[in-house]
Parts: sequence; structure tokens; C-alpha cells
Amino acid sequence: MTTLIKNGTAYLNGKLQPRDILIKKGKIAKIAKTLPEKAERIIDAAGKHVFPGFVDLHVHLRDPGQTYKEDIVSGTRAAAHGGFTSLCAMPNTDPVVDNIATVDYIQRRAKDLGYARVYVIGAMTKKSEGLEISEMATMKSDGIVAVSDDGNCVQNAKLMLNAMRYATNFGLPLVIHAEDYNLAGKGQIHGGRIASQLGLSGLPGLAEEVIVSRDIMLAENTGSRLHIAHISTARSIELVRQAKDRGVKVTCEVTPHHLLLTEDACLGFDTNTKMKPPLRTEKDRLACLAALKDGTIDCIATDHAPHADFEKVREFDQAPFGIIGLETAFCALYHHLVKTGELGLQRLAEALTSAPSKIFGLPPAELKAGNPADLNIIDLEASTTFSEENILSKGKNTPWLGQTLAGRVLYTFLEGRITWQD
Amino acid sequence: MESTPQFVGRSLFDLDDYSADEIMYILEAAQGMKEINLREYKKIPTLRGKTVCTLFVEDSTRTRMSFELAANRLSADVVSFQASVSSLSKGESLQDTIYTLGAMGIDLYCIRHRSPGSPQLVNKYSGKPVINGGDGRHAHPTQALLDIFSIWERVGELKGLKITIVGDILNSRVVRSNLIGMKKLGMQVTVCGPRTLMPGSMEDIFGCRVEYDLREALRDADIVMGLRMQLERMTEGLFPSLEEYSKHYVLSKDTIKFAKKDALIMHPGPMNRGVEILPEIADSSQSIIVEQVANGVAVRMALMFLILGGKL
Repeated sequence: MTTLIKNGTAYLNGKLQPRDILIKKGKIAKIAKTLPEKAERIIDAAGKHVFPGFVDLHVHLRDPGQTYKEDIVSGTRAAAHGGFTSLCAMPNTDPVVDNIATVDYIQRRAKDLGYARVYVIGAMTKKSEGLEISEMATMKSDGIVAVSDDGNCVQNAKLMLNAMRYATNFGLPLVIHAEDYNLAGKGQIHGGRIASQLGLSGLPGLAEEVIVSRDIMLAENTGSRLHIAHISTARSIELVRQAKDRGVKVTCEVTPHHLLLTEDACLGFDTNTKMKPPLRTEKDRLACLAALKDGTIDCIATDHAPHADFEKVREFDQAPFGIIGLETAFCALYHHLVKTGELGLQRLAEALTSAPSKIFGLPPAELKAGNPADLNIIDLEASTTFSEENILSKGKNTPWLGQTLAGRVLYTFLEGRITWQD
Repeated sequence: MESTPQFVGRSLFDLDDYSADEIMYILEAAQGMKEINLREYKKIPTLRGKTVCTLFVEDSTRTRMSFELAANRLSADVVSFQASVSSLSKGESLQDTIYTLGAMGIDLYCIRHRSPGSPQLVNKYSGKPVINGGDGRHAHPTQALLDIFSIWERVGELKGLKITIVGDILNSRVVRSNLIGMKKLGMQVTVCGPRTLMPGSMEDIFGCRVEYDLREALRDADIVMGLRMQLERMTEGLFPSLEEYSKHYVLSKDTIKFAKKDALIMHPGPMNRGVEILPEIADSSQSIIVEQVANGVAVRMALMFLILGGKL
């Protein structure tokens, strides 16, 4: 089937320009200022934007083992709804992704369903327990793109050093969730002003920063590729900036919520403001935004973490950490940062497409003849109201529930097939 | 005396929801209630037919008794829900518990829970007013009201009074609520304790003075309040021993002399005699610790009376 997308504004070579795009046999066949209206399906995208399919390096699909929270069907459909065509699945499932059977299961299931490309991140240590390194090389030959113990953090520096040496031997980047357990304690929200006020235990910025600092030093020593997940403090960012200046192979991502919200959001005890790392101070938020603009932060990742209502709608300190993000990411960022002039649309697009794909060496997320036709069409003039009914993820745990945000994903295409249509 | 519409059906999560005038109104109502408690027959029929539930997910005999006595003296029916012997210990969620209780026709909940913010949840699930009887380290507004009542009754004018609160500030819900209430009524509050037991940004959040040296903190205080020091904080590495804590922070004849002569001595109880306070101070003529307990019943009666729309 051939599809022609007419009159849209395409994000192409880092710029927004009017282009027609012809899709043939799952690939982008032609991109030009005007293409003849000869195709089986013609979509008039006048006044709409066409982006390469978004790429999310940080998603919890919960499958296998916790499919009451999310499964590969609902997770990848949610991705398509949010304009995403590629995502990396974190290994903290049950069982943990530390073996090829589980890697195979996720890859095959996602492929059969066909809503999104799912790349698997393997566990860094067996069962992500932080005691022994996993069979990374075996999993690598089966297709994993990185290793991580996300949700957990290897506390033993010697083990982390070995994991880095070993992963680097097989060309695997390492993704860290930076959290010193002793400093974090039973912390519920950022260890700052609001924690003092509400009597909740604090997760201090230091708990993140000492591990970021440690792992940068270890990466510098081993020459490994270190990717810091969901960076959240000004001091962590400063550490990354200095490391990059020294030539350390470190990259990092930031979540939409750390770019948009602060600890003040926790004042009403809404458990949809509870996640790790926690929402920080306004100073930290502004540092995240500035670092995203200057490239110190490489990309945006959602840390999509679905939970069931019965888990999340309860006493604040007994609710699990995490919020969903795939469906709200673009609209929330566009609404609160691009429309207000704080962030350029081009940089937002880059941080959701080519920038993340580069980090793990995924196929480049670019609109280019010959590339797979992974793309989305978004109406920036329209808006989306997020409700329990229209969120496709099984998790409805988002601070943007019930809110109307600018931007509406009209279509998402994966290899020329429509995976989401408004 | 009569309740006014501004109180009827309203919850008390913490004192920040109440204006200075409203707090004073509650104190005046409590004075009326105190008179009832001194009668031979300590009961009035005003809340007959109303049902009050004391929902204690964290154990506390004293506070629960105080709430239940208050409800009984106003002739409300009281049902008592204790987590340790209830469905909550069998894994039922708070939400389901409230739906179950709601079906039985509860008019007012008095809740104690270890999780900050849970009174708001109970209000959300039940649609009924809730009095917070202590939620984790967050708030304990009825304790603050009875503390303020006790001072007001003794001293009269609250504005400009200097109070020093000493001890484990970090883990104290009593301090947080008192800071909000006392500040609203124009008192000057100093909090004192070792740095490891002092939360950050206290001056910013509550407009109080933070002092780490006890003698300095007590200087010119009109009122001194001690807080219970819990042994378990030692295992958390927050201080080395009760003995060392006591050496630096105990309220004794020696230290209390830095405060104003005849300064009032308070403590929310239960006391660790010999740790944060010596008997020579706890039992002195300056001490109003026992009065605080009596006033607790009166203040809780006043709140139930106002919230449930009572008439005298």
C-alpha cells in the first residue's frame, strides 16, 4: 500500500520545512516539496506537523509477570497513541530480563503485535540483585541494546566496575538509576522544603549525586559508555557537564515530569506526584531545562511506569513510585515549554527522535528516503484531554489526568502501517 | 452556645485551614466544654443520634480515649476501629475500610494513621468530615489546639508570647501543627534540638527560630515544651545515646533557669522522665502537663460540637 502525506510541515535535517512524504512498502520512498497526488491513501496534513516516530529509551512494559499493571499490547498501543514508534523496555519484570528466554519473549511478542519496535534492555546483574553480573554477552547476541538494573542501583562499587569492564567488552552501554540506598532511606519525596513541611521522609539530591559521581569516575577509568537515566538535580547535571568536557563517554536523559514539575506538586499528597527520582526544586528543574537546551542532557525519556489504581490510589507513603508517560510526553512538553517559548520545537523533536536513537545505536529516527516509514502526524492547534477512558495504558497514574494539553497525535505509522489514528 | 455554619461539616486536617479568629472561636467553645467536664454528671445531649468513629490505624490509647470520652460526653454514639484487630491487618485497603464504615452511617471520623495525608483520603472516600488525630510526622492539630488552649487559659493574651520547643523536631507532628497555630496567633516560636533531628528549611516554612544550643534557645522563654525522645532514633544513627542526648537537651532546674522565671512547662506526653525532662521540672508548680490532658478532652468536644452542628 502506498500512502502520501501532503502539505505537512516535516521535521527534516533538524529543521521544520513544508514537505510531501510518499510511503511505499513500509519505507519512506520520496520526500519533496510537492509530490503528485498518486497513492492509494492520501492524507492532507496541511497545518499539521510530521515528525519521525518518537523514541523512548526508558519504558516499563511490566510484561512478563505484572500484566495487571501493563502488558506488551497496552504498553505499545500507548506508545503509538503518544506518537512513539520505538521504545526500550526496562528489565525489571518478573522474571527479570536476565536470560534469553525472556528477551526472546518480549521481542517476539512485540513483533507479532506490531504497534511499536521494542528494544530490550537486559539486566546488569542477575535478577537485578546487584550481587553477580548477568550473562550480558549471551543476551547481547539475542538482541539487547544495553544493560541496566533500573529501579535498583548497584551499591557495590567494585561490582559496578566489573559490570562496566564486562559490558564494554561486548559493546554494551550501561544505564544507571543513580540512588545511594543509605542516603535515600525510606524517602518518599525530594528531601527539601516540602518534605519538611509534610513530615514525609526525604530523598535527598545527594543520594543521586554520589552515585552519578562514582559511576562517572568508574566510566572514566574503564572507558565504558554510561547512560544516566532520569537525571534530576542541578549538581548531577554539573557532574555530567564536567565529565563530557573531559571526554568521558557519558550521556543522560531527562523525563518530562522533571522538566515540568517541582516538589511543590506533592503538597496535596497526590500519589501521582510520587516517583523516583522525586520531583525536585525549581532550581533543579531550571537546570534540567537549560541542560536539555545546551545538550548536556542528550534526550528526553518518559520512564513510563504504569501501576494499577488499587496500588496507587492509597496512603502516600504506601503507594509505589512512578507515573505513566508515553501518551502525555509530547503534549505536556509542547504545552508547557514550547508554547510558552521556553524550548524550541526543533530541540523537542530532536530530543525525542534522533538524539535518543543515537545513544544506543538504534536505527536513526529521521525522515529520510529509504528509512522505514516510522513517523507521526501531530496537530499542534488541537488539544488532548487525558482521561481514564482515552489513555490506552492500563495505568492511569499521571499528574496530567483530567487536564487538557495542547497538541493531538492524529496518526502514528510504523513501517508504513497505521498504529494509531485519532 | 451554638455551632456556626462555617464549622459545620468541615474537616480538620491541620491548622493551616483555619484562620486565627476561627481558632479563637474553637478555644472559646472548649472553655464551655471544660465547664461540663467539671460537673458531677459529665454529659449533655447535644449530639444524640450522631455517630462518631475513631479510626486508629496507629496505636494510641491516650488520644483515642480522649476522642471517645469527648464524643460520649456530647451523647454521640461512638464506634472504635482499631487496625491491629481489624480488617486492615488482614490486608483490606483503607478505601474499602472506609466504604464499609460509611455503609454503617458514620457522621464524623477521628483518625490516627502513620501515613501523612491519610485524613484527606478518608475525607475523600467517605465524604464526611474528618478530624486528624495525628498523621505520621505531618500534623496533630488537636494536640496543637489543646496546647494553645492550655497556654491561653493560663496566660490570656497569646500575642508576643515566646515558646521554646525542645527535642526530636524531625519526627514530631506536634511541633508542625503547633508552629502553624502559634504563628497565626502571634506567638514567637523557637525550636531546639541536635542538627540530626532538625528538618531543613524550618525558618522558611514556619517562620520560627532554630537554635541548636539549649541554653540559648531557652533564653527569655515564657513557655517551654519538651518532646518525647524515642530510643529507636539511636539505631537510625541520629544520636549516640540517651545519656549524651540528655546531657545536652534535658529540661532540668539547671537549664530551665535560662527561661523566664515561672515559665510554663509543657509536654505532649508520654514523658521519658530522666531523658528529655527531669521529675523536678515535670512535677514542679510551673508544669501544666496534667492540665494539657484534661484540656484535650474539652478541645475535642468543642471540635465535634462545632463540626456536627451542636446546640447548647
